[in-house]
Amino acid sequence: MDLILSAIEILMRWDVALALLAGSVGGVLIGAIPGVGPAVAIAILLPATFSMDPIVGLTVLLGIYGSSMYGGAIPAILINTPGTAVNALTTYDGYPMTARGEPRRALSLAYSASFFGGVFSVVCLILFAPVLAKVAPMFGSREIFLAALLGLILVVVAHRGQALIAGALACLGIFLNTIGMEPVKYTQRYTFDQDFLGSGVNLIVVVLGLFALSQAFVLLMDEDEKVHVTKLRGGMFQGLRELARHPRVAGVSASFGVLMGMIPGVGEFTAQFMSYTYAQKSSKRPQDFGKGSSEGLIAAETANNAVPAAAMVPLLALGIPGEALTAMMLSVFYVHNVVPGPGLFQNDMDFVVALYLALLILNVLVLIFLLFATRSLVQVVKIPNRFLGVCILTLSFVGVYSLRNSATDCLLAAGFGLFGFILKRLSLPAVPIILGMVLGGIMEVKLRSGMARVKEPLDFINRPISFILFTIIILVLASHILRVWRDRKELKEAEWQTKTASTSFGKLMSRRKNSFLKDRGKEVRGRHSKLLRRLKGLF
Amino acid sequence: MTTERERRFVGPRRGQLVFALVFLTLSVLLLALIGEQTTWVKKAKLFAQPRFWPAVSLGGMVLLGGLHFYQLPWRRASRYDLWEARQWGRSAEYAIWFMGYVVLVPIIGYLPVTLVFVPLLARRMGYRGRVMMGISLGFALMVVVLFKGILAVKIPGALLYEYLPGALRNFFILYL
Repeated sequence: MDLILSAIEILMRWDVALALLAGSVGGVLIGAIPGVGPAVAIAILLPATFSMDPIVGLTVLLGIYGSSMYGGAIPAILINTPGTAVNALTTYDGYPMTARGEPRRALSLAYSASFFGGVFSVVCLILFAPVLAKVAPMFGSREIFLAALLGLILVVVAHRGQALIAGALACLGIFLNTIGMEPVKYTQRYTFDQDFLGSGVNLIVVVLGLFALSQAFVLLMDEDEKVHVTKLRGGMFQGLRELARHPRVAGVSASFGVLMGMIPGVGEFTAQFMSYTYAQKSSKRPQDFGKGSSEGLIAAETANNAVPAAAMVPLLALGIPGEALTAMMLSVFYVHNVVPGPGLFQNDMDFVVALYLALLILNVLVLIFLLFATRSLVQVVKIPNRFLGVCILTLSFVGVYSLRNSATDCLLAAGFGLFGFILKRLSLPAVPIILGMVLGGIMEVKLRSGMARVKEPLDFINRPISFILFTIIILVLASHILRVWRDRKELKEAEWQTKTASTSFGKLMSRRKNSFLKDRGKEVRGRHSKLLRRLKGLF
Repeated sequence: MTTERERRFVGPRRGQLVFALVFLTLSVLLLALIGEQTTWVKKAKLFAQPRFWPAVSLGGMVLLGGLHFYQLPWRRASRYDLWEARQWGRSAEYAIWFMGYVVLVPIIGYLPVTLVFVPLLARRMGYRGRVMMGISLGFALMVVVLFKGILAVKIPGALLYEYLPGALRNFFILYL
């Protein structure tokens, strides 16, 4: 109780209240505009929060993170375009409801489900905080190194079908982090004798380039779309009553959100997928899913809103961000010399609880705001794409230039912006680069200090937690290899099925014999043997 | 005809080959420079070597980038790849707009440059109407007032502000 009282004391300030209000309203607005998203907004606002107190700055950023998904449901339901990437599943059941003339019911249900998910996760984590405080100090250098490695591996393998390039991009992130003066032996790494590379590549410059500038370029190169928004009539309170009729779906989805949110690199998509699948399988009307099912909408919205609070767990307890948004928040901690990790839980537990309480208040504020302001808010969906691009480009300048007033930083950010634009055009992920940069730095420091205390490599995993983490890493890698092997087998089978020729061994040999006997086959073999003779002649 | 391998590929075909090839080439080049760009310190353990993490990361880039290139279902560049590369080049125009904005702010000033930059870029994007121009100007003014005036982000006063009379000069340097 004392802990909660001291946390409330931290929050009882006018600037924190203002940050909560700005974060919640701003987050909803940003989420409601398709094409902006919380990553762009957080990247732009990051340098502005450096001059604020850690609690104020983090509240603004957390507000945007937590409330953008509420806003993202508006265009997902009304115009079938998700406001943020995680609202994609909302379109499955939200838009069909609008199409059959129930936009108000869909929106109100989405808000209620989001609110339940948000509050459930915060309450869970406040209750869970004392356990975390006991577990976190058991994490030494080796454990943090292994947890960071696990996070990176999970992020890479989560990109199904793109794991190789995601891994290569994560390695690029680690490489970017190594550029500049190495802090232990004081040697230069990949600076090419350029002064501006001496201090390294700033994380925020890369974040702004890859998320904000690249998005501006995408929007500026895009065409404007004509948007028709359905008019909303009546109150928005019926969703709360409807949610109360599905406590099982809401409870299980929120639990999935909390669990998946705590695992680095997994996040909203897996939580949503699991909750939606569960809701469909356990529903009395599974045929309605994808056609405007209220249970489907509840599952999708509850799960994604339960993630933000849970995603703060690895960040606060171990200092390991599990995704791009929490990686950005980590830089706010560093700027204020607050080192997230086991020490924070031991010494500043009230700060941690204050952050969770801020998230709780935020959810209430957002719900009240949305219940009364949705009808006016839907108008932001109409902002044309290309004008939005102009706005993001203008705002990105503030983000990059205010860091160090350096034109070189802006040039680097523009370069990363172009790189991010290419990645977006090719549907390749940019998140592994950011996590590679953040986790690469953590891994370098922790491996060095961890290895200094061990005599043999196997001593590295001789503690219970390090051994468990190592086993999980092996299991994740093994399951990924198994999945790739199965995919390849499936592909081969599909390829054989589409072939018109027979796949039996006898027929194959017969075709081979025919090819040998044909004139064309003889000609090709003759050419090959001539080349081989020439090659042998060289030696 | 599209093969099964092409159908299962995640993402569009255009530009993939060019990207994979450029990524792999740059990774190999950077790895080749490791001896020149990093140092091997005597009497230091392998994990404490300044060269260790660049080697791990660049090794990973070459290995995984190479495997990604090998796994691509296409071996020849098509005209769509070249078209895509041209699109990448076209986006550089906006990077130049951005850099122009960056260069002019410390000389002319944050407020005047933003007031010109936003409507000009909006005009370039095809918004010619009075309403959109008005919105552009309003947005530009709002950004400057919010970030420099209220949030006091670090954007230095311009060279041109030095020529303003006393009190106005200080006000412009501090807030605009």
